[in-house]
Amino acid sequence: MKKELPEKFRSYKHVWVFVELERGKVHPVSWELMGEGRKLADKLGVDLAGVVLGPKSDETRQAIKETYHYGADVCYICEDPALADYRNEPYTRALTDLVNTHQPEIMLLGATTLGRDLAGSVATTLKTGLTADSTELDVDDEKSLAATRPTFGGTLLCTIHTLNFRPQMATVRPRVMAMPEPDRSRSGRMVWHSLKMDEADIVTKVLEYVADATTDDANLAYADIVVAGGMGLRVPENFRLVTRLADVLGGEYGCSRPVVQKGWLPADRQIGQTGNTIRPRLYIAAGISGAIQHRVGVEGADLIVAINTDPAAKIFEFAHMGVVADALTVLPALADAFERRLGRRAMAS
Amino acid sequence: MDAPETPTDGLNIVVCIKQVPDSAQIRVHPVTNTIMRQGVPTIINPYDLFALEEAMRLRDQYGGQVTVLCMGPPMAEDALRRALGLGADKAVLITDRRFAGSDTLATSFALATALTRLGADHPVDIVFTGKQTIDGDTAQVGPGIASRLELNQLTYVSAIDTLDQGKGEIVVRRRAEGGVQVLKSKLPCLITMLEGSNEIRRGSVADMLRAARAELTVWSAEEAGVEDVMMCGLRGSPTVVKRVFAPSARDEQAEMVTVEGKQPAQIGDAIIDLIFAAQPKLEADLSAALN
Ligand SMILES: Cc1cc2nc3c(=O)[nH]c(=O)nc-3n(C[C@H](O)[C@H](O)[C@H](O)COP(=O)(O)OP(=O)(O)OC[C@H]3O[C@@H](n4cnc5c(N)ncnc54)[C@H](O)[C@@H]3O)c2cc1C
Ligand SMILES: Cc1cc2nc3c(=O)[nH]c(=O)nc-3n(C[C@H](O)[C@H](O)[C@H](O)COP(=O)(O)OP(=O)(O)OC[C@H]3O[C@@H](n4cnc5c(N)ncnc54)[C@H](O)[C@@H]3O)c2cc1C
Repeated sequence: MKKELPEKFRSYKHVWVFVELERGKVHPVSWELMGEGRKLADKLGVDLAGVVLGPKSDETRQAIKETYHYGADVCYICEDPALADYRNEPYTRALTDLVNTHQPEIMLLGATTLGRDLAGSVATTLKTGLTADSTELDVDDEKSLAATRPTFGGTLLCTIHTLNFRPQMATVRPRVMAMPEPDRSRSGRMVWHSLKMDEADIVTKVLEYVADATTDDANLAYADIVVAGGMGLRVPENFRLVTRLADVLGGEYGCSRPVVQKGWLPADRQIGQTGNTIRPRLYIAAGISGAIQHRVGVEGADLIVAINTDPAAKIFEFAHMGVVADALTVLPALADAFERRLGRRAMAS
Repeated sequence: MDAPETPTDGLNIVVCIKQVPDSAQIRVHPVTNTIMRQGVPTIINPYDLFALEEAMRLRDQYGGQVTVLCMGPPMAEDALRRALGLGADKAVLITDRRFAGSDTLATSFALATALTRLGADHPVDIVFTGKQTIDGDTAQVGPGIASRLELNQLTYVSAIDTLDQGKGEIVVRRRAEGGVQVLKSKLPCLITMLEGSNEIRRGSVADMLRAARAELTVWSAEEAGVEDVMMCGLRGSPTVVKRVFAPSARDEQAEMVTVEGKQPAQIGDAIIDLIFAAQPKLEADLSAALN
């Protein structure tokens, strides 16, 4: 299977991370990738670069600065009004032109709606390999990117390589990698690029942007504390016990997939392989059996506490703490106990 | 085999559908920890049904025809027949041993080639795909087809607001990370449809009967228009799967809270003691955040 890397790709060098800047804000997955990219670059002995595309603005400048703080040595920058809102055409053009000009060996993007839209186009235009939703990145003895991802249903993992093409591309979902500590003293080189495209050449126009209402919006992926319930809660009304404990702790609530399938909670509350990946400091799972598809979404939690009536439940195989008891009793008891412990003010909130 | 006839007016729409194993019935072998695919029924990738329904709605409103296109083994004919039973007009299966082992780049090559052949007489106006599949789950094939055919790419579409056939203009709602983009674009375009955007209709009895008898168009690589088979299947796939393995078990056991003879309040306190013992910083941070 293995051939020599074609001559034209031998000059491809350095690790790139696409910095996802949308409406003035950098998606945190970009910094998580920067942390991983730094490790790969150090292993290969090459530079880590961030690619920042956006309009000329203070926010774009801020994104560039932070790209260095999170580990980049170089920033490739394209500033153009046509890059103000994400659209596939100008973004694909800018990124493929940059790759063809500066020739990175590895390129990482977040597996967000933006990152997946862009990565699929760029990889096809460049005719190279793209591994989706990687959960682990490494370089092997032959300096080839080894991207590991769950295979069917998450029951097995597979490691995918792009041996004979460059760049080697991979996407990673938010919260799968740890957020690195920024070093605010770092800075680096800037390389400018111009978008060889006019607004008049771009077919697709953004007529409007409707921001999601921020009130009842689930932000599970970035919550410090998550309380979730599964089918063990039996009826939808019992989810009040889950939301109350989450409220007491100032955290988010979620659930397993069958709870969503039953229509008890909306899809954005689902945790697991086909829902949110979470990485909280504390995860409390009540009445959840701990199927592999649920497990892969919660394994990044610092502390997992499971409440389940069945001592043989799979969840106890990866939880850090377990309680074999009825969740309908333990959840309210736990909420009361936290209120007592954390002081009266918490009760009011 | 000839290409199916294309309409002379109305929209020429193609929906790409993939046949996948029914995940709800997938079982893992308890000893070897491998997936047991034998005897697992196959279904149309559930995400593709939203694309199919949206395509049929446009056809019902503007006229034209909906062709379903699938790359897969001969048995993928089942998926195509099901789509006909739901109301699709024509079905094309591209099947060839040389397609085996395709990654997303090779898959988008094969599908884009067949789409070019399908549009030879009457250009394709809209290509629909699902958001992603439930097996490969990469969401890369839609963008791949759009790039190859230079179609305007509209992913994660939750609704088609307007379509002006005369001007060839389309307005859609696209799910972005923190909100929804309302995008105006032009035909021909490729749309990947978001789940929950509509509900697949029940096929009529007439459609069911037609589906059972219908003659499908079945193309080999050459018949689909592939000139260079090196771009298909395993040979046309830049990604290489090097290793497949089971996730490792965690070494330590969960620390169990004893509940025997305790009141609920005592159990609550016992759990909190353990949590704060394991995460000493959490108590201070929580108190600070909440007070
Ligand atoms: C392709 C694929 C993708 C999937 N993706 C996901 C995903 O993203 N997320 C996900 O969660 N699942 C996912 N699943 C489903 C997964 O396999 C499980 O079916 C699901 O996680 C089970 O949900 P559950 O634990 O709530 O329910 P069950 O498995 O029914 O478990 C209920 C648990 O509650 C316990 N219990 C009962 N009564 C009580 C009580 N009074 N107090 C405490 N405990 C009690 C029981 O002992 C049991 O362990 C996926 C499956 C497939 C095939
Ligand atoms: C566990 C697993 C992991 C994989 N990982 C990767 C990877 O990281 N990178 C990679 O390049 N390949 C990967 N592959 C290979 C990939 O699944 C195949 O290339 C597959 O043919 C298409 O990709 P997909 O299933 O991810 O489709 P997606 O890109 O998720 O599908 C999007 C849409 O494209 C259409 N579509 C997809 N396939 C077909 C088809 N055969 N016929 C008609 N329409 C279709 C459907 O409308 C579908 O909804 C993986 C395969 C498996 C089983």
